Amino acid sequence: MIEIENVHKSFGDLEVVKGVSLTVDKGEVVSIIGGSGSGKSTLLMCINGLEPIHKGSIRVDGIEVHDRTTDLNRLRQKIGIVFQQWNAFPHLTVLENVMLAPRKVLGKSKQEAEALALQQLEHVGLGDKLKAFPGKLSGGQQQRMAIARALAMSPDYMLFDEATSALDPQLVGEVLDTMRMLAEDGMTMVLVTHEIRFARDVSDRVAFFCDGRVHEIGPPDQVIGNPVQPETAAFLKSVK
Amino acid sequence: MFDYSFQWRPALRALPDMLAGAWVTFETAALSMIFGVLIALVLTVMRQARHPLLRGVGNGWVSIARNTPSLFQIYILYFGLGSLGLHVSSWLALLAGITFNNAGYLAENFRGGLKAVPSTQMRAARSLGMSAWQAYLMIIVPQLLRIVFYPLTNQMVWAVLMTSLGVVVGLNNDLTGVTQEYNVKTFRTFEYFALAALLYYLIAKLIVGLARLLSWRLFRY
Repeated sequence: MIEIENVHKSFGDLEVVKGVSLTVDKGEVVSIIGGSGSGKSTLLMCINGLEPIHKGSIRVDGIEVHDRTTDLNRLRQKIGIVFQQWNAFPHLTVLENVMLAPRKVLGKSKQEAEALALQQLEHVGLGDKLKAFPGKLSGGQQQRMAIARALAMSPDYMLFDEATSALDPQLVGEVLDTMRMLAEDGMTMVLVTHEIRFARDVSDRVAFFCDGRVHEIGPPDQVIGNPVQPETAAFLKSVK
Repeated sequence: MFDYSFQWRPALRALPDMLAGAWVTFETAALSMIFGVLIALVLTVMRQARHPLLRGVGNGWVSIARNTPSLFQIYILYFGLGSLGLHVSSWLALLAGITFNNAGYLAENFRGGLKAVPSTQMRAARSLGMSAWQAYLMIIVPQLLRIVFYPLTNQMVWAVLMTSLGVVVGLNNDLTGVTQEYNVKTFRTFEYFALAALLYYLIAKLIVGLARLLSWRLFRY
């Protein structure tokens, strides 16, 4: 379970997250939608401690993420994240990209890590690209590799930070399909996304972010289908 | 009007001695690169440090090494330290001078190289549970190495050529030193120095060639 309680976060004088509280249950898929600069991506980076927070608390399975005594490297093993700019390691092959963390972080043997990577890469449809370098892949393929790389750590949670925003339109579908598959497998997921229809399809709950706060939250049919807040309605109208 | 007759035979007879000198030259340059790279790494870290003194020393080193003649750097290390009562050998002064110079130039290259590796690479590595040290070693440094590889090769060639400055502090067993010894004995300046220049040229070409082979092996992407 991810428990976010009254979190504040600033960059210099600019406060981007202004007191957000949100709970994500095991097996739940929660989508965060909202305009640019509303603090959605920043909040996601705070969940696995890539960004510090200034007030409030975030607990993952009861562990305080931002406590100084927390072993973040350990905690991150169970929180996978996929970035907007897929962030493939360019000097490693597809297989090596996925094998690296299981070997070096989890201490698995080469054979074990390879088997694990192979399984994940086949799962995302890249079984025939093992020896390729990321530079030779399309954006969609690189993003699917990044998903496999995160999954190879067998995380309990997956965070997606606008995973399809940097992709060419014709490549968005393949990545969304991979994410959908994951949601159907019962993975606990937090998605920051601009794909409203997709969010409506896969989410258990949708949170609308506005000006660093959760403005409206609830089942997708309510928040997207029949929003209560005028800001939510205005945002949904602008992205359609 | 032009009554100089070339005498190549004595120069060729000196070739074994000159080749021995060439080896000293290569060895000195290689050592100065090894120490230079290590110091440059330290300087790169120092220049990013929060402590102003560390930053100042790092920036000062780079600035002085890059903006003063390398001849002076060697001179000061030899005679300057000598007048303070610290006597170093000609060879040590040369090695220290070139290392000082290399470290300054390489630190600047490393800084540029680090900037060229996107910060998101670090982020991605840390998000997988890697420690900062692991991320540097396995993700950042391999990419940095590729970016600085050609500047590194250039600096190695430059280091070889700079060793010829050892002659001003009395070094007599490197390629230039040996050549100069023959020159003052025979005044066959053109022949000896032409031969020495050819040897320098071949060493430089050899380094570039080896670096190219190495880069094919190292950089697969």
